[in-house]
Amino acid sequence: MDIKTLMTDILPFLAVGAVATVKITILAVLLGFVIGLFFGLMRLSRNKLLSSIARLYISLIRGTPLLVQIFFVYFGLPKATGLNIDAFVAATSTLGVNAGAYIAEIVRAGIQSIEKGQMEAARSLGMTHFQAMRYVIWPQAFKRIVPPLGNQFIITLKDSSLLSVITVEELVRKGQIKISTTFAAFEIWALVGIMYWIMVLVISQWVNWTEERLKAGDH
Amino acid sequence: MKKFLRVGIVSLLVLALIALAGCGGGTEEANSDNAQDKKVLKVGTDVAFPPFEFEEDGKYVGFDIDLINAIAEEIGYEVDLEPMQFQGLIPALQANNVDVGIAGITITEERKKQVLFSDPYIDAGQIIAVRADETEIKSVDDLEGKVLGAKIGTTGAKKAEELKQSGKVKEVMLYDNNPESYIDLENGNVDAVIVDKPVVERYIATEGKGKIKTVGDVLTGEKFGIAVPQGKEELLQQINEALQTLKENGTYDNIYNKWFGTGE
Repeated sequence: MDIKTLMTDILPFLAVGAVATVKITILAVLLGFVIGLFFGLMRLSRNKLLSSIARLYISLIRGTPLLVQIFFVYFGLPKATGLNIDAFVAATSTLGVNAGAYIAEIVRAGIQSIEKGQMEAARSLGMTHFQAMRYVIWPQAFKRIVPPLGNQFIITLKDSSLLSVITVEELVRKGQIKISTTFAAFEIWALVGIMYWIMVLVISQWVNWTEERLKAGDH
Repeated sequence: MKKFLRVGIVSLLVLALIALAGCGGGTEEANSDNAQDKKVLKVGTDVAFPPFEFEEDGKYVGFDIDLINAIAEEIGYEVDLEPMQFQGLIPALQANNVDVGIAGITITEERKKQVLFSDPYIDAGQIIAVRADETEIKSVDDLEGKVLGAKIGTTGAKKAEELKQSGKVKEVMLYDNNPESYIDLENGNVDAVIVDKPVVERYIATEGKGKIKTVGDVLTGEKFGIAVPQGKEELLQQINEALQTLKENGTYDNIYNKWFGTGE
């Protein structure tokens, strides 16, 4: 395969897939963050029922392969319920729910890493539990969870490649489709790899920048 | 420092061993044509393409499997089956990961540029399948505004793409294998699928009874061939001769009748 075809034919074709990958990943991470925050706090709750629900969710998601979850939601659920789930919706929600379980643990670990004395001090100043959480614990915990969150962002981006198995035309699927007609396996997989790498570099730069900015507030 | 050195040496040794093991395997394959006692034919095939190849009770069976076994026996090889995704077959042949590929591969001009093909061993063709209760779609001409499913890398997928380009279908969805496209058809995510006629007919006669049906005529006349990596003309010659022998001595008909019922 010559460079010209690679640049004028293959690259634009793959770029469409890369855009889909970015779109799905951002949506899934946002969804995952909301779910993760919610379940992370539930997991810490003194209410036994709430924390058990959160525990079960985290255990189920972390205890099964993402690939199985994807197949289950897209091919399995409609078979059982008769509901018709669009591939994009199934993809984004499964990836988001998956990321949510890991983010819940990140949130929990972040909050638990703040010394007990902080809460006690805040409470003895007359703050309610919620106020202490909101104004004292969370701002400190958030700084600590930014690096692992960034890590999860990168993992989710790469995990989105698994969505290729349910007809979602993200980057890997686009690569497979192009290879199925051009057979240029070496060139295309190399290009796909480089494109993921660039995306990951952008995310890690952004996370570093955020970390630096948060640190600036310390002084 | 000494410790680092030792770790370094051990890692290098491990790497070297892995490399050696890899090369060892490679040379064995390369020499399989010449080896006297045990000649192994690495056969790449699809994972889920009944009745040509599919898994049953932990073993891969089907028309293609029986045929390649008969051919291998004829030319004195032992078959080592390597089931893989269909789309990965031609790349695997090009990388010499397998010696032959048999997976209902339609002989096309595009593919001929990538691999060598044996003489055709069966006639097939693409047909449209829809849900059993479908009333709107009666042929390929009724697909306007509809979503059409196909298996990635197949002649069906190519046909589907052509239909999309000419505005005759709204969208094309590509699956790794046919069973997934049937499930998605039954789930309602696609309105129709384009698939090899003998394959879908087998499904309709078995698990798919009452769930899906075919409509219209065969869209493309096609012939399946056995694929061999370029440069292996000698092996190809042997396969063609064996195929001819099997057709003459009735073995081919036996295999055909076994998988497609009444012989034609």
